Amino acid sequence: MQWVDTIIQGILLGGLYALYATGLSLMFGIMKLVNLAHGDLIVLAAFVIVVLASLLPPGSGVVLALLLSLPIMFGVGYGLQVGFLNRTLDRDILPPLIVTFGFSIIIQNGLLEVFSADSRRLPLTGWESASLSVASGISIGTVPLVCFASAVVVIAGLNFLIYRTAIGRAFRATSDDPETAQLMGIDHRRLFAIAAGIAMMVCAVAALYLGLRANFDPTIGPARLLYAFEAVIVGGLGSLWGTLIGGMIIGVAQTVGAQINPEWQILTGHLAFLVILVVRPRGLFPKSEG
Amino acid sequence: MTAASPRFRMTTRTRVSSWATIGAAILTAGLAALPAVASRGLIQDLFFIFTMLCLAQYWNLLAGYAGLVSVGQQAFVGLGAYTLFAATILAGIEPLTAALLSGVVAAAMAVPTAFVVFRLRGAYFAIGTWVAAEVYRLVLAQVKELGGGTGTSLTMSVVSSTAGLDWVSMAFGVRTPAARDIVVYWAALALLVITLAGIYWLLRSRFGLALSSLRDSELTASSIGVDAFRLKVFVYILTAAGGGAAGALIFLQSARISPDSAFAVLDWTAYVIFIVVIGGIGTIEGPIVGAVVFYFLQTYLAAFGTWYLMLLGALGIVIMLIAPKGIWGSIADRFDLHLFPTRRRLVVTSTRRTGDDRQRARQSGPPSGQMRR
Amino acid sequence: MALLQTVKLTTGYGDFQALFDVDIEVAQGQIVAVIGANGAGKSTLLKAVARLLPVDGGTVRFDGADISGLVASQAVRLGISLVPEGRRLFPSLSVEENLQIGGYSGRRGSWRLAEVYDLFPRLAERRRHMGTALSGGEQQMVAIGRALMSNPRLLLCDELSLGLAPIVIQDIYTALPRIRDAGTSLVIVEQDIAQAMRVADRVYCLQEGRITLTGRPAELSREAIHAAYFGA
Repeated sequence: MQWVDTIIQGILLGGLYALYATGLSLMFGIMKLVNLAHGDLIVLAAFVIVVLASLLPPGSGVVLALLLSLPIMFGVGYGLQVGFLNRTLDRDILPPLIVTFGFSIIIQNGLLEVFSADSRRLPLTGWESASLSVASGISIGTVPLVCFASAVVVIAGLNFLIYRTAIGRAFRATSDDPETAQLMGIDHRRLFAIAAGIAMMVCAVAALYLGLRANFDPTIGPARLLYAFEAVIVGGLGSLWGTLIGGMIIGVAQTVGAQINPEWQILTGHLAFLVILVVRPRGLFPKSEG
Repeated sequence: MTAASPRFRMTTRTRVSSWATIGAAILTAGLAALPAVASRGLIQDLFFIFTMLCLAQYWNLLAGYAGLVSVGQQAFVGLGAYTLFAATILAGIEPLTAALLSGVVAAAMAVPTAFVVFRLRGAYFAIGTWVAAEVYRLVLAQVKELGGGTGTSLTMSVVSSTAGLDWVSMAFGVRTPAARDIVVYWAALALLVITLAGIYWLLRSRFGLALSSLRDSELTASSIGVDAFRLKVFVYILTAAGGGAAGALIFLQSARISPDSAFAVLDWTAYVIFIVVIGGIGTIEGPIVGAVVFYFLQTYLAAFGTWYLMLLGALGIVIMLIAPKGIWGSIADRFDLHLFPTRRRLVVTSTRRTGDDRQRARQSGPPSGQMRR
Repeated sequence: MALLQTVKLTTGYGDFQALFDVDIEVAQGQIVAVIGANGAGKSTLLKAVARLLPVDGGTVRFDGADISGLVASQAVRLGISLVPEGRRLFPSLSVEENLQIGGYSGRRGSWRLAEVYDLFPRLAERRRHMGTALSGGEQQMVAIGRALMSNPRLLLCDELSLGLAPIVIQDIYTALPRIRDAGTSLVIVEQDIAQAMRVADRVYCLQEGRITLTGRPAELSREAIHAAYFGA
């Protein structure tokens, strides 16, 4: 029973990792940009939610704070893309990597300066601490369950956006061929900024559960980037549902590792990733083309 | 063809570069003799610059020449450092010999690492190398013999077993800690000279030509027989060896190690990238300029902590967006100055030209359109 | 007033200058052909008009306004659409999605999905296929249809016949007068002189980046064209 519980917890943890990964995957898919500051932006979003929650009347709940953080994070993504990342778009991979690495350092140290290195947690207002007892020895927390459900909803929503709407069509066209996309009247720079804004809104959702599930501090961003990256690669580039499965695999590897020895949690997650990379370099669900 | 055709010779050398080579040799001799007169503080500062410059040259070779942007080079610094601690503490090997061993071990570990991370391309390769470094950090944190997660220190007996210590103490009339600084300073200087001379030689060889063809177009390079994959793996292993040796010296000097410090992405990758980017990527001179700039920033601003780091991040971003060739690249472009040129130029060795030749030269203009002046 | 007018247009790629002081004019309702050998600068001219290339000298005027400073996406919104060389369909979009993305700019007019399918009935049958699964001729039809979906006032067509079978070229060329009659002026770039002369109201010949000949097809002798095309 203990192992069943471990695996269930791992799958639910995978929902969180899929939320981390979705924004990263979106930005790579549309503008071929790998954002090394992705993890730090998630942590930034968590602090934005903390601040908003403290400004709201007590008891109004973190979900309201999340909703208010969405436009803020959209603005952060939009501004980052227009102000900096759009200027790094050409064949060379170095400029975007250096610029986002620079932002990683700036965000991390900026948060340290403002919020100190103390670890924090989002305020709980009731439902977050509840849990369901499924069977003897297995109880599922409300937060992990809602987190997983959120990942499914976010991914389903993004898939609808990408495959069923006009702007999604423009995303796919620009990803295929930015120059020809301009001939359709698509301003690819503005489109990229919108995509970055959407990716940051997903980061805000991820940040909510980051802050509800565990303590966080300004320095944990890079580790979230690595989990996100692992989920994307394991799932296969270009498939958001694959990313969800990838997140679940990393999550289960971590909880199983932690079950054997608590110090092994992160290590087993990384090792699972490396093994899959060796066995299936293109991930479990690669896109058929290319 | 008439006998009077101009003759050509391939060269990378220029008059400036010949002088620069002589200057570098004199500078090296001066630096080697420096401990006789310099303060202990200056020797320590130069040690810091030398080791960081070594790491910067390796990263520059990786990213600037082989197109392998890694953010996981701390893996090899850490592996080298831990090899030194394991070899000296557990096996009783003399520290400088152990530092050589560190280079070998780091290179050996680069092989399986490359086997995994080379499955990833471009930016994903970058994050993959970071994951690999994290794996090494987490594994070494489990090794209780080397202090586990909290780390360990070199004992006095290990430190004082360093070769040449007694001789230096006697020759310069200094106590053991200062003598140790001098010995590791020389070791770092030797590593730096080998690194710079080795990379300079490498880039001017056939290998360098293959590498630059790769940088221009991987597809074209492979179509003329350049094995891109093998070339990149070779560079990766080479830089791992150097990084391992540098890491061993850095932690021999500090005599204290922990997984977090040995595998620190900030110290051994972020700072190093900063040095290369601010100095000028893709040149040998750039990282030298960058290391000096970084030293002064570090000396005068590091006390500002988070603000200092934010400044470094911002500087890196600004340089990348406004002057992506860095300080040296901008100077070199402006004055056409290359102290350590690696590009091949065609030099006319016989200037006798007949009217025929001139005629021919005029006729072989661009086929259509015209080159703009 | 001319719909399109370039005045001493000079442009190129980096250090390479491809066009020298090019003057062309396209009147409302005209089909203008630009002919010339490989590398003469025909495609460059279309790209500069479509605002994919920077103007290094001279001006591009569209409907009386100087558009030299605009980017391609803005030019589309003004009513300039380019059918690029090599079709350049979006591989991850279906035929219908490729057409729909053509209407992204939101310009209203008579060209909608139904009208494009009416012009090229074969596309209606293949609307659900991926664009890249089509034959070359069908892909060219999608590329033209996609450009029409923005309801352009000026349609620029780059090497429509390149790599296509003669019978397919006939199909495509029959469509051009229909497009003009629906209110769109055209500039077509062709290496196939005979084909271009049949449909064009006016012909320009480019050679090494310069206009060497211009006139109505009926007025131009074989010899004059030959000289302008290949050089003296």
